[in-house]
Amino acid sequence: MSTIDPNSSAPESPEEAASSGTLIASIALKQRAGGIAVPAVTVVVAFLMGGLVVLATGHNPLLAYRDIFDGAGLNWIFHPTTNLVNTAAYNLSQTLLQTTTLILCGLAVAFAFRCGMFNIGGQGQYFVGLFVANWLGVDFAGLNPFLHVLLCIVAGTLAGALWAGIAGFLKATVGAHEVISTIMLNWIAIWVGSWLFGAGGPLQSSANKSLPVSNDIANSAKLPVIWGQQELQGLSIGIFVALAALVVFWVLLNRTTLGYEVRAVGFNPEAAAYGGINVKKNLIRAMAISGAFAGLAGTIDMTGYLYHYGQSDIPFSSVGFLGIAVALLGRNTAVGTGLGALLFGALLFGTTHGLTSNVIQPELAGNLTYIIQGLVVLFIGADVLILYVWNTRKKLRPRRARA
Amino acid sequence: MNDEIVLEMRGIRKEFPGVLANDDVSLDVRRGEVHALLGENGAGKSTLMNILYGLYKPDAGEVLLRGRPSSFASARDAINAGIGMVHQHFMLIPVMTVAENIVLGIEPHHGLFLDEHGAEQRVRELSERFGLAVDPGALVSEITVGQEQRVEILKALYRNADILVLDEPTAVLTPQEAHELFGIINSLKTDGKSIIFISHKLNEVLEIADRITVLRRGKVIETVDAAGATEASLARAMVGREVLLRVEKAPAQPGDVLLSVEDLRVVDDRGIEKVRGVSFEVRAGEIVGVAGVDGNGQSELIDAIAGLRKTESGSVSIGGRKVTAASAREMLDAGLGHIPEDRQRRGLVLEFSIAENIELHDYARAPVARWGWLFPKKMIALARRLIREFDVRGGGPLTRAGGLSGGNQQKVVAAREIARDPKVLIAAQPTRGLDVGAIEYLHRRLVEERDKGRALLLISLELDEILSLADRILVVYEGEIVGEHTGEVSEEQIGLEMLGGKEKAAA
Repeated sequence: MSTIDPNSSAPESPEEAASSGTLIASIALKQRAGGIAVPAVTVVVAFLMGGLVVLATGHNPLLAYRDIFDGAGLNWIFHPTTNLVNTAAYNLSQTLLQTTTLILCGLAVAFAFRCGMFNIGGQGQYFVGLFVANWLGVDFAGLNPFLHVLLCIVAGTLAGALWAGIAGFLKATVGAHEVISTIMLNWIAIWVGSWLFGAGGPLQSSANKSLPVSNDIANSAKLPVIWGQQELQGLSIGIFVALAALVVFWVLLNRTTLGYEVRAVGFNPEAAAYGGINVKKNLIRAMAISGAFAGLAGTIDMTGYLYHYGQSDIPFSSVGFLGIAVALLGRNTAVGTGLGALLFGALLFGTTHGLTSNVIQPELAGNLTYIIQGLVVLFIGADVLILYVWNTRKKLRPRRARA
Repeated sequence: MNDEIVLEMRGIRKEFPGVLANDDVSLDVRRGEVHALLGENGAGKSTLMNILYGLYKPDAGEVLLRGRPSSFASARDAINAGIGMVHQHFMLIPVMTVAENIVLGIEPHHGLFLDEHGAEQRVRELSERFGLAVDPGALVSEITVGQEQRVEILKALYRNADILVLDEPTAVLTPQEAHELFGIINSLKTDGKSIIFISHKLNEVLEIADRITVLRRGKVIETVDAAGATEASLARAMVGREVLLRVEKAPAQPGDVLLSVEDLRVVDDRGIEKVRGVSFEVRAGEIVGVAGVDGNGQSELIDAIAGLRKTESGSVSIGGRKVTAASAREMLDAGLGHIPEDRQRRGLVLEFSIAENIELHDYARAPVARWGWLFPKKMIALARRLIREFDVRGGGPLTRAGGLSGGNQQKVVAAREIARDPKVLIAAQPTRGLDVGAIEYLHRRLVEERDKGRALLLISLELDEILSLADRILVVYEGEIVGEHTGEVSEEQIGLEMLGGKEKAAA
């Protein structure tokens, strides 16, 4: 704020500054300045605290983290090769497989966030996409491979959109809070899945009636694998779909009138309504687009490497929830979500295999990912608190000087 | 008034990060004097008073109370030293009685129990002595704003204040209430109390003050006797240049009816009917002012016309087209421009850039968009042109709207609404919270738009603004139009109608 500008009024005091919008300005400035710094610090602190847990179990956290790093295949960058006999290359391909899912699940949270909503229902939307892809992938065997894959992807994505759209519709019409309704929809999806794959369920294997597992989808419905082998859970072209989704997300928000409406409603619904924007329509639409990303994640997983699904797999999937940490860490931006997904993808794969009990307590290994996930969400929630403390400190300074 | 100086502030300096709020400010207040502190928003008035009241410590300078250097570590110290402060926003507890609020913290008591009778007795004595009529037994939630202010003053007097700071005391009052306040101030003065009267309104400062200190950008520009000062001389000192106080305008030349409202009824969020059968017309080339005390249906009326609130019955036509119960989008398309009451809550998306805010209504139309695709460069070019035309300062097209000062935010809103070339322009509280310079600009601009043949509906709680801008005045009271005036009309007449034509119920 320049002092020679006769039309700008300088704030008389910090309190006034706070009420006149300069506080908002300073938060925005800090968020922009700390665009990378704040999430980076968050991650470092989360890793430090995770390290303390490792230390408490009598192991060296540095060694544990090194092995996780290697286990995720990130050491591949030191010896790049596409030959999957190389352990690092294989590990990296598996990390990227997780990253693919997490990018899409992260976007599912981020998009709703930009419209001022908290989509906790990524998990349910993911399941719905996955179920539909499994059904179509199995039932339409023999279709032209390109059409078959396209059919699965389009239908799975739409299913996710529809599922989330229910929550958007309920919010727009009767004001049901999306946090509650998406959690409920998660449970509905989980139990529908349990029925679908359970004994006698519509998607249960026709070959083995005693197993609560589906048939494999037809080969024509499988995504081409670009790195590794189909039988060994190779990396499919799904990673490119996810990367393309990041671009779509950015373009949609920043270069289309739809994105303009989403952001206007997200920042200030009242001003949006005054501007002539239909707020209710936007709530439903943004929620549906969010769900489309999660549904796409489920479809890509099914057609990319899972191929079949079972009743017992359902409780072990938590990618939808990891997507929340990914989006929060990435500050709901495209680039941030991509990087956050890579981080959690690496953790997810790196902590679940290849670690030995002299490096880390076996019971801790897989759970370390979730400890770090929890800490990240906690710290990001604390952002606001940190800013609050920061501003209070400034206010108190004059008085403390005297004391 | 005698020449005994009760309070002196010498060479006060206070710096906040990036802002020099007070720069070598000196001020002396005599016994039995009303000393006005005049300045625009951000001139440093509040900082100076917060230093006096012990809320801030000055970086340099000293405060002398009755000749003795004093510094207060807290408001409590200041109160004990006989300084009382009435803030703009009252700090009363609504569920407690007037007397309970006044004695709060220093209650007279019988053993463990509050001596209610004693408290009420003291309050009654004080209020009679200074002519501060208020019922000590009434609940604060049931009294008027003007009475709440008296309670705040009584609170200070009860604590034996002999220097009383009143921060923009008339901002919340009707003309009648303000008049009564001035009576109270005069009786306090006679009793030997000193009053520091903070304001940015020239006329009332001239009316009530003995001496006036003008602050601009943290510095004292001058301290003058009110007797020799004029509105023009004070405005010049306050703004630093000549200011047109009276809006210069030719007589209106009304043309076709562009906005017509017939028997409109609107309910608020709680289902209470706030607009009760209102009918009026606004013609091309005239400004119709709607005067009224806050909460008499003005907001609901505007919202209904703007398509932001549904109507119960009645009709609205813009440019001869019936648009009753249309959406905000349809109203905008019919030729309505709307500068909303609250620019931060509704008029702007503060996190959006200026360019994005300028397209708030037309983001989906050529030239800034086609087939759902945005063209940011076109948005920026358009914004750049309007920023220049409307003299928006403090940033370019990509600056966040939230980072602008209030006056410049309002210019962005006005630029957007006027640039859409509306037939009808609603301006609701267009200058609320703005300083003299920005007010002058907006007023001139509104008159220019009138002369271009737009129909203007001006809603304001500032009677001065209505009187100086409007060609025709409608007075609303409890959702009905209770008076209509063209030509000369006195402030008192309108003030009376604003209270429903009844003698002030308050006193």
